[in-house]
Amino acid sequence: MSIPVDSCQNPAAPAIETRELSCSFGKLVAVNRLDLSVPPGALFGLLGPNGAGKSTLIKMLITLLPPSSGSARVAGCDIRTQSVEVRRRIGYVPQLLSADGALTGRENLELFARLYGIPGTERAQRIDGVLSVMKLQDVADNLVQRYSGGMIRRLEIGQSLLHDPRVLFLDEPTVGLDPLARQAVWERLQTLRDAHGITLFMTTHDMEEADRLCETVAIMNHGRVVAMGRPDELKASVREGASLGDVFAYYSGETLDQEGEYRGVRGTRRTASRLG
Amino acid sequence: MEYGEHAGPQAAWADSVPVIAFLRQTLAVAQAEMHKLRRDPWELLTRAVQPALWLLIFGEVFARVRGITGGGISYLSFLAPGVLAQSTLFIAIFYGIIVIWERDLGILQKLLVTPAARTALVLGKGLSAAVRGLAQALIVYLLAAVIGVPLRFSPLSIAAVLVFVSLGAVLFSTFSLAIACLLRTRERFMGIGQVLTMPLFFASNAIYPISLMPRWLRVVAAVNPLSYLVDALRTLMVGKVPGAFSLWVDFGVLAVLAAVLVMVAARLYPKVAR
Repeated sequence: MSIPVDSCQNPAAPAIETRELSCSFGKLVAVNRLDLSVPPGALFGLLGPNGAGKSTLIKMLITLLPPSSGSARVAGCDIRTQSVEVRRRIGYVPQLLSADGALTGRENLELFARLYGIPGTERAQRIDGVLSVMKLQDVADNLVQRYSGGMIRRLEIGQSLLHDPRVLFLDEPTVGLDPLARQAVWERLQTLRDAHGITLFMTTHDMEEADRLCETVAIMNHGRVVAMGRPDELKASVREGASLGDVFAYYSGETLDQEGEYRGVRGTRRTASRLG
Repeated sequence: MEYGEHAGPQAAWADSVPVIAFLRQTLAVAQAEMHKLRRDPWELLTRAVQPALWLLIFGEVFARVRGITGGGISYLSFLAPGVLAQSTLFIAIFYGIIVIWERDLGILQKLLVTPAARTALVLGKGLSAAVRGLAQALIVYLLAAVIGVPLRFSPLSIAAVLVFVSLGAVLFSTFSLAIACLLRTRERFMGIGQVLTMPLFFASNAIYPISLMPRWLRVVAAVNPLSYLVDALRTLMVGKVPGAFSLWVDFGVLAVLAAVLVMVAARLYPKVAR
C-alpha cells in the first residue's frame, strides 16, 4: 500500500474533519450527514444524550466502524482508505476501565509499545517516561487488578500516548472516578495539550468536566451537531447566567436531574454489548 | 526521559519490513498471554486431569478388548497420541471465548485501534493456545512413562510431536476465534463449543481406527482435521499404523487449514468490536 507522504503530514490540517459523515444500522440513522472540523491542538468536548450518536461517531473516527456514507479525515488521513495511517496517529481511551487486570502496569504498556512497533531501546525509555508523567512509577510492577479506578484510567491514558499520537480520543474519561481521581486525570490531560499540543477529543456526560476542560464543545442530538462553540458563548446564547447543563437541556430537549440514571448507563451498555 | 522529548514518532517505525513487524506483533500478543499463564500455573495442572482419566480409565478398560487396533500395537500405545490430540482440541476449541471476553472489557477495541496487523492479533492468541497444548504433550508423555506405555521417546520424534501439537492448537483455536466472532455472545458460544467438540472427536481416528467406521463416517473422518493431527502424532509416537498418511500430507493439510483460518478470523475480528 503506497500512500503519498504529504497527505498525512500536513501539520496545519484539521485534526478531525468530517464531510456528510453518516452511519446507519438498518433503519436507525445513528450519525446523520455530520460536518465537523476540529483544529489541531484543540480540547474538544462532545456532549449529547444517550443514543445521540456520540459513540458511533467515535467508532468511525478511530476506524473501528466503517461509515455508511460520507468521509472523514483524522490527523490528515482518510479513515476509509488510510485506516492504518490513522491508527498510527491516534490514541484511544475507551469508556470502560479496560487495562488488562491480569498483567502489571508495565506489561500493559509493553504490549502496546510492541504493537506500535517501537524499537527495543526506545521502548523502555518511553514506558518509563509515560509512567512518570502518569505518576505510576511506584506501582508499575503491580498487577492492574489491584489498581484503583483512577490509577487504571491514568495507565490507559499512558498506554494511548506511547507512540506520540496527534489526536487522542477519550470516551467519558472520568466516569466512575472519585473527585480527586477526576481532578488528577484532568490535570494530566491539560498538561498533554498545553505542553505537547495533542488534540483531545472527548465525550462526556459530566457538565462540570466539559465546562472546566474544553475550549470548544459540540452538542449532538439525533445524529447531528445541534450546537457548537466555546462554553461561555453557548451559555450566553441560551440565557444570562445559564450553566452548561442548561445549554445541554436546551439543545437536547432533556433535563439533567437524572444523575443517577447516567450512572446506570454503563451497566446497561455493558449488558447490551454482551447480548450483541 | 520526559514524555514528549522523543524524536519523530510513527514515521520512523513505519518503514520496518512488514514480515518482521508482523512477527513482532504476534509475539507481543503471545507473550502477554504467557505472563498470565506463568502467574496461574493451576490452569495447566487442572487440564492434566482429563487426559489422565482417558488413559487410565478408558484406556485400561479398552485395552482388554482385542483387535481394535488391527495391528501389532497395544491399545494404550494406539490411544496415547489420540488422547494428546483430543486434549489439544479441547483446550483450543473453547479458546475463542477470549475475544468475547476482551470485547466486553474494552480490551479488544484498544487492540484494534493500534496499527498492528489483525492477523498478528489472531495468531498471537493462537500461539498462546499452542503453549497450553505443549503442556498437555508433557503430561501425556509423563503418564505414558509412568504406566509403561511403549512410545518412541527419541528427541527427534518428540520435537516433531511438539510442532504438530502447536500447529493443531493454532488451527483449532483460530477456528474457535472465528466462531466466537460470528456468535458474539458467551452463551451462544459455549453451546456451540459443546456441539462442535463431540463430532470432531468421535468422527476421528483418536480412539479407534477409521477402518472400524461405517462408510459415511469415514468420509466425515477424512475431512476432519483432527484425524490428520492424530495420524501424525501416532506415526511419530508409535510408528506407522496401517492406512496412515505420510507426515508431509498431515503437515500440509494442517498448515494450509491453519493459515486459512487465521486469515478468516482476522477478517471477522474487527466485526466483534462494532
